[in-house]
Amino acid sequence: MNKRGSILRRLMLQLVGAAAVLAAILFVLFQSFARQLAIEAQDNTLFASASAILESVSVQQGEVNVDIPYAALSMLGNVSDDRVFYRIGMGAVPLTGYDDLPGKPGADAVSWTDQYRGDDLRMVQVSRALSVAGTLRDVTVVVGQTQGGLAQKLAQISRMAIFIGAIYFVVASLFAYWTARSTVRPLNAVAEAVARRGPLDLRPVTKPVPSEMAPLMVALNAFISRLDRSLTRSEDFIVEAAHRVRTPLATVRAQAEVTLRRVDRQENRNALKQMIRAVDESSRAAGQLLDHAMVAFRTDHLDQQALDLGAIAAEVVERQTPVAALKDITFDVDITAGGGFNGDAILIQNAVTNLIDNAVKYSPQETTITVSVKGNSLKICDQGPGFPAADIDTLTDRFARGTNVGNTVGSGLGLTIAHEVALAHNGALTLSQNPKGTGACVTLSLPS
Amino acid sequence: MRLLLVEDNARLAAAISDMLVLDGHAVDHAGDLATARDFVDTADYDLILLDIMLPDGDGRVFLQGLRKRALDVPVIVLTARSEVSDRVGVLDLGADDYLVKPFDFSELEARVRAVLRRRGGARSNVQRIGDIAFDRLAGTLEVADERIDLRNRELRLFEVFAANPNMIFSKTKLVDRLFSADEDVSENAIEVYVGRLRKHLTGSAVTITTVRGVGYRLSIL
Repeated sequence: MNKRGSILRRLMLQLVGAAAVLAAILFVLFQSFARQLAIEAQDNTLFASASAILESVSVQQGEVNVDIPYAALSMLGNVSDDRVFYRIGMGAVPLTGYDDLPGKPGADAVSWTDQYRGDDLRMVQVSRALSVAGTLRDVTVVVGQTQGGLAQKLAQISRMAIFIGAIYFVVASLFAYWTARSTVRPLNAVAEAVARRGPLDLRPVTKPVPSEMAPLMVALNAFISRLDRSLTRSEDFIVEAAHRVRTPLATVRAQAEVTLRRVDRQENRNALKQMIRAVDESSRAAGQLLDHAMVAFRTDHLDQQALDLGAIAAEVVERQTPVAALKDITFDVDITAGGGFNGDAILIQNAVTNLIDNAVKYSPQETTITVSVKGNSLKICDQGPGFPAADIDTLTDRFARGTNVGNTVGSGLGLTIAHEVALAHNGALTLSQNPKGTGACVTLSLPS
Repeated sequence: MRLLLVEDNARLAAAISDMLVLDGHAVDHAGDLATARDFVDTADYDLILLDIMLPDGDGRVFLQGLRKRALDVPVIVLTARSEVSDRVGVLDLGADDYLVKPFDFSELEARVRAVLRRRGGARSNVQRIGDIAFDRLAGTLEVADERIDLRNRELRLFEVFAANPNMIFSKTKLVDRLFSADEDVSENAIEVYVGRLRKHLTGSAVTITTVRGVGYRLSIL
């Protein structure tokens, strides 16, 4: 079968892939949002601290006086062990703190990140105008804090984000698997229903399917009904062909036999006998050819049922007894109970009929045919001319006939049919010489 | 015997009828199922020969109808259908046997005999000839209170003689009755069977006499 990918695998890949992408996006969003929040929280504390310092700047008797309240710096210390730097300046003139701490001249209420003494600092700057000695001067407070606490918090948040992303991914994957399975299930159900059918079951498939599968089912059912029609047509054709061929042959044969009764001249009688022989040969050939076609057809679609070889042999013998009696041939039947196998009843019956028919045909008058069944092995021996030793291996070939058949009418297909039926059932057909004097033995053995 | 032949092919039916009449039977011929039903309703038959494909229906339906009406007349189906499929079907429907066309008349005769024997011969089939009794169904001769089982060919040969005592039959006619047209036999083969019958008839008033240059006949002394 030409397999192009698997729907289940493709669905799984797509759904799980989508889940992974979504989990990654979720992780990134969560992390950046949390980072934003953490930075804002630090900024707020820094602004509060800077504003408190700025509030403490006062002008007394023309002197700028700074009295940094304890709380202004301790609120920063509460957040973490991060180091804090500050600078208070008036215009470009530093008043107190770290003089080299960077600032943003002229700006009020800004926050940014900057490098200072080898560390990343989060910085805020606030400013206010003060009247000093009659002039308005800008007092600026810059507060910076290292970001150790923030990094720690961010690492914690990342771990949380990874955990949430992973949980999301696992849950989404489970749902994906379940969805994929339930999508493919109706397909499998239909496949199983079709595969479980017997060889001759050509009813439409009626299993309920999702609407997306309806076109497939319509196509499948249309195909089944076409197959059914074409099989019925070929079967009808075989039946019709048999009828068309056999009825006129029967007429010719019957008329020839009637005429034979009324004709006395030897040469006319011989001619009529030749006619009858020719009719028999053609009808036998037609029959065997049709049988062979039917056997080939059924071999492809073997109908399996429990069978008993002994019962089939007994039935065939009973049916052939009147014909054998015409030549005073008797059957010696020895059937041991037991055995049993699975096979196609019509094929086995056909094979056994061909073998027993052969035995009757080649037996001289007033002889005995022995039919014995032991388990799943049927042996038929006659007292006829036997198989020619040179041909014994090729007699099951199509249209092969022994060199010693003389005038006996035959098509060369009887043993072929029996052989093919045996092979179709994993059995064997063995030809041998009758151990008791002359005659042929045929053994049909089938596995149990 | 009275037979009903249901067969739509007129020429085949004529040939079969001819043959059966030659063998001493009375034959009615129906070309379709309607006619066949009329015949069955008005007369008693010893046996029906039934074709399957008929212009106004399926012979198997007719057969089913017979069995449903509990008509127990023996039926032999003549079929042109495939030898593999459908054969078992007609037996299940209540046919006694079937023959695949084209058939050998001796096979038809043999099957009719087998069917009638299986049915047990409701009518008496014992024919008295002189001081012997001949049961054609059982295939026995009773000579001087002794029952003799005839072999198949002996039986068929004696049947020919017994049907027309005192009539002379040529060797050729007898060969036709005893052997299939497929078999290569010389006319002298008949002498073996005449010899055996004579041996069986020893001690009775019935014998088979040779009419030199013409044939044989059954004579009652």
